[in-house]
Amino acid sequence: MDDAIVEPRPVDRTKLSVSDELSIEIANLNKWYGEFHVLKNIDLSVYKGERIVICGPSGSGKSTLIRCINALEEHQKGSISVNGVTLTSDLKKVDEVRREVGMVFQHFNLFPHLTILENCTLAPIWVRKMPKQEAEELAMQLLTRVKIPEQAHKYPGQLSGGQQQRVAIARALCMRPKVMLFDEPTSALDPEMIKEVLDTMIILAEEGMTMLCVTHEMGFARQVANRVIFMDRGQIVEQNEPEEFFHNPRNDRTKLFLSQILGH
Amino acid sequence: MAAAPPHVAYVAERFYDDEAPPPSTVGFTAWLRENLFSSPLNSALTVISVTLLALYLPGLFQWAVTHSVWNASSLRECRAIMDASFGEGVRGACWAVINERFMQLIYGFYPSALRWRPNIAFVLLLIAMIPVLFETMRSLLWIAGGGLAIKAATTVVSLAQGDGFGPLQSPTTYFMVGALVLAYFFGGREHRRKWLILSALFPVIAYFLLWGGAFGLDRVPSSRFGGFLLTMIIGVTGIAASLPIGIALALGRRSDMVFIRSISVMFIEFIRGVPLITLLFVASTLLNYFLPPGTEFDLILRVLIMVTLFASAYMAEVVRGGLAALPKGQYEAADAMGLTYWQSMRLIILPQALKISIPGIVNTFIGLFKDTTLVAVIGLLDPLGLTNPIRADSNWNGIVWELYGFIGFVFFLFCWGMSQYSMFLERKLRAGDRR
Repeated sequence: MDDAIVEPRPVDRTKLSVSDELSIEIANLNKWYGEFHVLKNIDLSVYKGERIVICGPSGSGKSTLIRCINALEEHQKGSISVNGVTLTSDLKKVDEVRREVGMVFQHFNLFPHLTILENCTLAPIWVRKMPKQEAEELAMQLLTRVKIPEQAHKYPGQLSGGQQQRVAIARALCMRPKVMLFDEPTSALDPEMIKEVLDTMIILAEEGMTMLCVTHEMGFARQVANRVIFMDRGQIVEQNEPEEFFHNPRNDRTKLFLSQILGH
Repeated sequence: MAAAPPHVAYVAERFYDDEAPPPSTVGFTAWLRENLFSSPLNSALTVISVTLLALYLPGLFQWAVTHSVWNASSLRECRAIMDASFGEGVRGACWAVINERFMQLIYGFYPSALRWRPNIAFVLLLIAMIPVLFETMRSLLWIAGGGLAIKAATTVVSLAQGDGFGPLQSPTTYFMVGALVLAYFFGGREHRRKWLILSALFPVIAYFLLWGGAFGLDRVPSSRFGGFLLTMIIGVTGIAASLPIGIALALGRRSDMVFIRSISVMFIEFIRGVPLITLLFVASTLLNYFLPPGTEFDLILRVLIMVTLFASAYMAEVVRGGLAALPKGQYEAADAMGLTYWQSMRLIILPQALKISIPGIVNTFIGLFKDTTLVAVIGLLDPLGLTNPIRADSNWNGIVWELYGFIGFVFFLFCWGMSQYSMFLERKLRAGDRR
């Protein structure tokens, strides 16, 4: 079943480096939906430049975990700090974190009433108070980087899924984030569009972006990630370098998951 | 894999040229076939409808146009004229009642010497509405031009009757000429903000124009207001105020803050659960018991507040529907970018939610505009309130259809206008974002 895995373009691994400076620190994180315990005692330190892939069966809490990092979900216990800012219920702290953390969603969530360019310039103009012209230049530069500058004046509904997701990436980058969160960025895409999105993500990785990706794209994980985390039933079950993770999984649940997803 | 069955291989040898479609599928015949005779049921309905129209339209046309009388001083005279000109016993519409009472139906008992003030207020209203409704002031050219054309026509009539240039020499004329010139030179998109300042100031200007009492304008008491002037005051205020209040209530109802949420819910449910007539009675009678004795609290103002609150509650539910229809991802994407609550509402959520709600919003507007006639019940002399004194007049005793027909027609024009605008807006916004 190798054809189920999209192989992204080769990565220049010499460009990938991890610094010893902390970016995200999660300690003893617990979250409940009502009575349901979704995240259990999560400890995770992310260093600048890391590319972490989080995988696991559905309902394992992987999306919830990264959504806690930019406070789209509230946590009830433990602490999360991003670039030295600790998330509390204080909205100012929340906004401070969100300004530095970009997020890409499974369903793109572009704003359908705004053009591609306006989608990209909105946050820089209103949150960063950047002058309009400067924001537009920046947006065009980033749209060029994701290879769709010619679509700038169209509306999201006129673009293909893959193009929309690349716009979503450009839109997040326009805020010049220090960390990017990807919540199943390719799950809603047709196979031929997955590659273009993964290739865009690789460009980011090569530029040294700190990335947390919830994805089932194991080809991408092998090529790009420096760490793969496997979650199940709300906890981190196993994490390792991709080579070790894929060839020598230790936990039985990891083995089962990998055998299912890789089809061996 | 099984081998392909024989005769499957195929290669196109040439590309076909474009051909015109068969004649019976385009043009008027095709339209007839598709729309009027597409099925036996449709054909039957077409035949029945055409028959009914053929039976009744000529009679209606005769009554309303060919056998109608425009100039008479009483119903009796009307009938005498009909007997004399169209034959004994032939009855048509006696529009003379509208002709005679026209000014009253428009202004109520507003002093005739001061009627230029509501006129200017109305022209100003049109001017103030345009930058809100459209991107340029182009439509003002049409409106002011049309108004001047009507003025010119009345002047011609007046000259023919030997009354001189009277109708042309009115403040309204000068005002429309001024508006026309301004709109011509400064009507572009880039000037929209300046015109919007006028829109924002309009309520204050209109208040002083209509009620006076300052800037050398004579005070006109509320009891003199009536006719379509009153309808417009209540309708326009209600429409303009109920949308923002409704939006605030809808946001309040979805708020995380329990206090704000419960107040919004209680307000909406209470106001929606009570008939408007009840609220109007509260405004006209009951409120006096609660106010300190001797307080002067204008009846029209009280009615305005009640009508606005009533429409706001409905509006809130319409807008809430739009807010609920937006995918959760829109809220999350706005949050994830670091937009504040008000920024994300203003820039992301409301533009989309209001767009979805346009049909419902305009529906509420139209309902409110027609509900203004309920003020007749508490003794205000809106057009419907004026029908009773007019019909009680011995000259017009017995007249029914003409009066209500005319009032209904004017209401229809306003509501139809709103409906047309809403469809224009939907088309315009749909052209923008195709999903």
